[in-house]
Amino acid sequence: MPEITYREALRHAMAEEIERDQNVVLLGEEVAEYDGAYKVTEGLWKRFGDKRVADTPISEAAFIGMGIGASMLGLRPVMELMFWSFSTVAWDQIVNNAGMVRYMSGGLINCPIVIRGPANGGTNVGATHSHTPENWIANVPGLKVVCPATAYDAKGLLKSAIRDNDPVMFMENTLLYGEKWEVPDEEYLIPLGVADVKREGTDVSLIAHGRAALTALKAAELLAAEHDISAEVLDLRSIRPLDEDAILKTVRKTHRVVLIEENKPFCGVDAQIAAMIQEKCFDDLDAPVLRLSAIDAPAIYSPELEKRQLPRPIDIVAKVLSICR
Amino acid sequence: MENTHTCEFASAPINAGLQPADKVLLLREMIRIRRFEQAALKSYQGGKMGGFLHLYIGQESVAVGTCSLMGHDDHVITAYRDHGHALAVGMNMNECMAELFGKATGCSKGKGGSMHFFAPDKNYWGGHGIVGGQTPLGLGLAYGVKYKGLKGSAMCFMGDGAVNQGCFYESLNMASLWNLPVIYIIENNGYSMGTSLARSSVYPSCLAERAAGFGIEWDTLNGEDVYEVRAKVQVAMERAHNESRPTVLEISTYRYYGHSVADAKHKIYRSEDEIERYKQLHDPIQLFKSRLIEEQVLTEEQYDVIDNAARQEADDSVRFAEESPIPSEESITEDVYFEVDRQTLAGRTGRHFFND
Ligand SMILES: Cc1ncc(C[n+]2csc(CCOP(=O)(O)OP(=O)(O)O)c2C)c(N)n1
Ligand SMILES: [Mg+2]
Repeated sequence: MPEITYREALRHAMAEEIERDQNVVLLGEEVAEYDGAYKVTEGLWKRFGDKRVADTPISEAAFIGMGIGASMLGLRPVMELMFWSFSTVAWDQIVNNAGMVRYMSGGLINCPIVIRGPANGGTNVGATHSHTPENWIANVPGLKVVCPATAYDAKGLLKSAIRDNDPVMFMENTLLYGEKWEVPDEEYLIPLGVADVKREGTDVSLIAHGRAALTALKAAELLAAEHDISAEVLDLRSIRPLDEDAILKTVRKTHRVVLIEENKPFCGVDAQIAAMIQEKCFDDLDAPVLRLSAIDAPAIYSPELEKRQLPRPIDIVAKVLSICR
Repeated sequence: MENTHTCEFASAPINAGLQPADKVLLLREMIRIRRFEQAALKSYQGGKMGGFLHLYIGQESVAVGTCSLMGHDDHVITAYRDHGHALAVGMNMNECMAELFGKATGCSKGKGGSMHFFAPDKNYWGGHGIVGGQTPLGLGLAYGVKYKGLKGSAMCFMGDGAVNQGCFYESLNMASLWNLPVIYIIENNGYSMGTSLARSSVYPSCLAERAAGFGIEWDTLNGEDVYEVRAKVQVAMERAHNESRPTVLEISTYRYYGHSVADAKHKIYRSEDEIERYKQLHDPIQLFKSRLIEEQVLTEEQYDVIDNAARQEADDSVRFAEESPIPSEESITEDVYFEVDRQTLAGRTGRHFFND
């Protein structure tokens, strides 16, 4: 199977969907002639032209609102945020318009949009550019949110997101854009709401999403090599909808859980999952459910320290050892 | 603003072609809005509905004049003062009143309320509660029309207070840059809640003039005259249809009631005299009624028949709303996700709701 980057996987997903459905358009800052601030959309404007791939002014509220309005007429805009951190200036459009219009119209309207872009810390760009808003979004019934960790997942999930008839917030990671994974040439889709066991194990479950799932995989290797502990790694992939069955299944299998995310702890995604586990699997647990999140402060700039602020494999190992000894 | 009897707009092509019956229909639509809202006010005061009730009374000529121009691919979107536009695009009183009462038979099944009426089948896209938040959506409707290669437009209504929201200017820039057929219609009723225009905005001569900075055509018009509204909005609509260019229009108008019914101070921030003077000299319904009598297309008796029918229709809608069921408890989590509502494969995959 060919190996391609996470960035290429996203690009292929968009190209395939543009070809498949004439209502799909890409909108965003620098997505067309400049080929994308992170080169995700490279070549697409040349290939598909002005109508399908268009550069917008630096007006997140206007172009996202515009995409929402157009989606009410049946278009399927895929809008790039240069950083998900910039969603704050379009927050009203995302939450009040994309999120609420179906409900407030009693189901008369739906909003088939995708808003995508990187949502991650770890690149030393300071607090304003390092937000991870998947938990903010997941708190809004009406919105969906996915956080792919690999190129394979990114492609399959983005294609599903574009075909989905509800607004999907698609959160990528700049640290992963250049990483390679095996991705088949043949078309495939990954449904929203299906988690993925990225490593089988028996002693402890590491549940994570986005890049934290890859950190968990590294921790699992360390645990096996140095501590003879068999860790299962469950990658949520999709936050809302959420694969509850997969979460409960791994907990019932290993009886010990560490939840890992690059999000901040207070009302993070893992808070929701911890509540779910204690309620539904209380008797299956042999230890308290532990959480490992980013250190609870705005993203620090200092390159050495920012590495420390996000969960590292050794931090996960330490958490696991505290309940597996 | 003095009562300037504006004859020239009656002879504008768009009005000259009106049959007597069409003219009477315009008047009738204005009356229906007023009677509907008066009935709603009575019910509100009787404790029959919750939330806010922003009345459009005094501004009827704007919604009726503009919406009377709509063709197959012309769209409308507005803010929370949305009952007038809803009736003007052809929504019926029953579904609107029932929505105010929060009933299952309401246009949004009781999920939207006064500020959030929708009728996509009539090109009516709401009903939006966040001041200025609808302005990018109006841009998007225009973009959608253009993308599909249709000859149409999007009329995006907003208040004089909404012009100070940033997303409006982002939208103006994009509308002009991308040549989108959007018509921003500022219904300038002189106040944003309790703040007069002079206390909220700087304007050399008017608010619409701000469009000039974006290279967008603009105009001001006197909203009390439905002929003038139609004549000038028609120009903007043709610009949208034929040149795919945006327009900003500022229509001077006035609301008789408070910002919402809960606005107890509305006779403090403006004088009773000001309100009375407007009602006496500028009431769009009275002016058009006199006009049609003058033109001999209407008699006092016919007016009374129309008025009585509108009152009856409004009363009937109150009864319909009262007798309608409240939405079921299960319906609280319906209409959140399309895929879940339709029970598609996507809607059946993963957990979408998180109680218990
Ligand atoms: C973003 C936002 N800020 C404040 C409000 C509260 N609010 C509702 S209507 C209104 C006044 C708006 O006045 P204007 O735009 O002139 O419209 P009008 O009520 O006169 O029709 C305010 C401040 C709101 N709904 N949304
Ligand atoms: Mg106003």
